[in-house]
Amino acid sequence: MSRTAKFLIPLALFLIAVGFLFKGLFLDPHEVPSPLVGKPAPTFQAPVLSDASKTFNSADMKDQVWLLNVWASWCGACRDEHPILMAMAKTNQIATYGLDYKDTDQEAQAVLDTNGNPYKTIATDANGKIGINYGVYGVPETYVIDKAGVIRYKQIGPITEEILLTKIVPLLKELQR
Amino acid sequence: MKKLLVIFLLIVNSVFAGEAKPLADDPVLEARLKALSQELRCLVCQNTTLADSTAPLAEDLRQEIRQLMREGKSDKEVVDYLVARYGNFVRYRPPVNNSTALLWFGPFLLLIVGGFVLFRVLKKHAIGEDIQPEDE
Repeated sequence: MSRTAKFLIPLALFLIAVGFLFKGLFLDPHEVPSPLVGKPAPTFQAPVLSDASKTFNSADMKDQVWLLNVWASWCGACRDEHPILMAMAKTNQIATYGLDYKDTDQEAQAVLDTNGNPYKTIATDANGKIGINYGVYGVPETYVIDKAGVIRYKQIGPITEEILLTKIVPLLKELQR
Repeated sequence: MKKLLVIFLLIVNSVFAGEAKPLADDPVLEARLKALSQELRCLVCQNTTLADSTAPLAEDLRQEIRQLMREGKSDKEVVDYLVARYGNFVRYRPPVNNSTALLWFGPFLLLIVGGFVLFRVLKKHAIGEDIQPEDE
């Protein structure tokens, strides 16, 4: 082995390691890929927010493309996300349904009364059981569910304008076809 | 001042008294829960086990595991239940499969490579080749 090679091989290995670590700087360790993407969305029935006489049944959503946005009044990041949900609701092209996670109706309703309600319907999950079935570990989380009831995408954390335009809108266009 | 202190202590006491409750009815099940939840990751704080975490989700999941255990589910079934929802990340011991093969066997691979290199170097030494400057 020549002397140059002796130096170059460790250098190359070092650079490969640096490359991997550098890539790691841009990964968010809080984003755990969901095993539920590509699987049927768990079905649930839950009382509707502020109107417990009504029941939201996820099975009624068959043949529709819809977004399930998991949120709560106690969640700060949900408030950051709220304006974009409102903007989405205004376009009338995206059906966003809410799941009010581990919250009380009064507090959730108060937030909606102040900031506006971007949801078609809001189901409540007071004890977090539905959340567990959906693998929710930090609100807000948003699921894109297709006509067959399969989860096609999961957004962990707030939807940003960039994610909306580059990921969610193209996916919805494809699914609605 | 003394009164204030007494009131303060009473409040603190009542708070702690509330905390200890869930130490539940069935010690066998609690022991199982404790052992199993030490193998599981709390997804909120990520570097804490489900046994140690005080996050609300961890409490919910412990409650869920209790429920599953009461229904007679085995430890493996409980873990599968969680993996189906949260992915393999909930396990502190990743399973051996194609995507984790390098993780499991990489160190042995490095050991073999290192051993091979060491063997070569030592062999060179034995012959005394390394004393001579290498020709380029």
